[in-house]
Amino acid sequence: MPGWLLKLAFLSLLAFPAAAQDFPKLTGRVVDQANLISPAIEAELDAKLHRLEDETTRQLVVVTVSDLHDYPIEDYGYRLGRAWGIGQKGENNGALFIVAPVERKVRIEVGYGLEAYLTDAWSSILIARTILPRFKAGDMEGGIVAGVDELVAQLALPPEEARANLAAAREAKRRDAGGRGFGLVPMLFMIWFVIWMLRGIFGGKRHGKKRGLWGAPVILWGSGLGGRSSGGFGGGFSGGGGSFGGGGASGSW
Amino acid sequence: MTNLFRALTILVALSLGACGINTVPTREEAAKAAWADVENQYQRRADLIPNLVATVKGFAAQEKEVLEAVTQARASATQTTITADQLTDPAAMQKFQAAQEQLSGALSRLLLTVERYPELRSSDNFLALQSQLEGTENRVAVARRDYNAAVQAYNTEIRTFPSMVAAKLIYGAKPMQPYKATSKGAEIAPTVEF
Repeated sequence: MPGWLLKLAFLSLLAFPAAAQDFPKLTGRVVDQANLISPAIEAELDAKLHRLEDETTRQLVVVTVSDLHDYPIEDYGYRLGRAWGIGQKGENNGALFIVAPVERKVRIEVGYGLEAYLTDAWSSILIARTILPRFKAGDMEGGIVAGVDELVAQLALPPEEARANLAAAREAKRRDAGGRGFGLVPMLFMIWFVIWMLRGIFGGKRHGKKRGLWGAPVILWGSGLGGRSSGGFGGGFSGGGGSFGGGGASGSW
Repeated sequence: MTNLFRALTILVALSLGACGINTVPTREEAAKAAWADVENQYQRRADLIPNLVATVKGFAAQEKEVLEAVTQARASATQTTITADQLTDPAAMQKFQAAQEQLSGALSRLLLTVERYPELRSSDNFLALQSQLEGTENRVAVARRDYNAAVQAYNTEIRTFPSMVAAKLIYGAKPMQPYKATSKGAEIAPTVEF
């Protein structure tokens, strides 16, 4: 690859976070930028959302935004969902519960994969009947908790399936905890791979025999790295790479 | 000698890769896929309309004119389609947009009429339909923006060096038509583009 192309690729990597600067940082399953939720309730919500993900792999994130930067909330919502990558990659099973107290707007933003569960009509009824009456009465926290409870109930799977997924999630977490420095492995692997390639190209025939043996781990490592990212590593939380297409409903009070 | 040959092969492969042999068709397919999504979302909107018309009729059968306008606009909108190969044709794109916008106009007149029927407005069926319609319009907007972004990426690719070499010589690529919003407020220009 020509040098300037590499530089360009690097620059474009830098440019991406700059464009997404308007969004709050994804600090957990509850991002309370507008300070509407007390720490105790926040921990409670986080536990519920964590359990939901362990049971179903579905990611639901509550976010209170102090400034929509003049975006309509529908516009802001899907961009935020894409920027954070909420939901598992390929399944796109993420959803956002967005509250913008300054603009007095609320939105349920639904990822592609959950549109069948959180339909526009269902989301709209949830907002109109459960969330807005509490918001109108000034009970922001109560509205958020009640909304999350209904969303979690709607997203829950049949008990048997949930138990199986829960067991799998715990197993994955154990494995993650065992393999400390997990992030280093792919990097070392990449370096080793490059060296191996260069030796293959310039090293002549001396290594011809060895290469066959060296090549074998490539496949093994490759499959090992493609697991689902549940974000459980080190207690932090991250999106799994899901995408959004504008599904959901909004309301204002 | 063999080493030199290998290095050369790899260099040639890399430079071919950089001149658009792969990126031009990749971007083209991405734009076509994004267009398919735009059409899907419009279809989804069209699918909601018979139900909406029936619901409104139940409460406001006297609003014949508005209801008929919607039904007709829907019929012509579902008949006007664009194949993936026509995406470079400005006239076809304009025709498609005109048909969809006519339907949007008829729909907004219908929703305005509905304001006069509080009983209809508060019926569960209508509220559900209205939220679905809103959600679908929102999806249309997102799909359109994604399509325009994909078209922009493709058009830039085929006009800039080095991909323009392959675009011109191998593919004979023509720029694709973006979806331009002509009705007011149909698309608020986003200030941040990824």
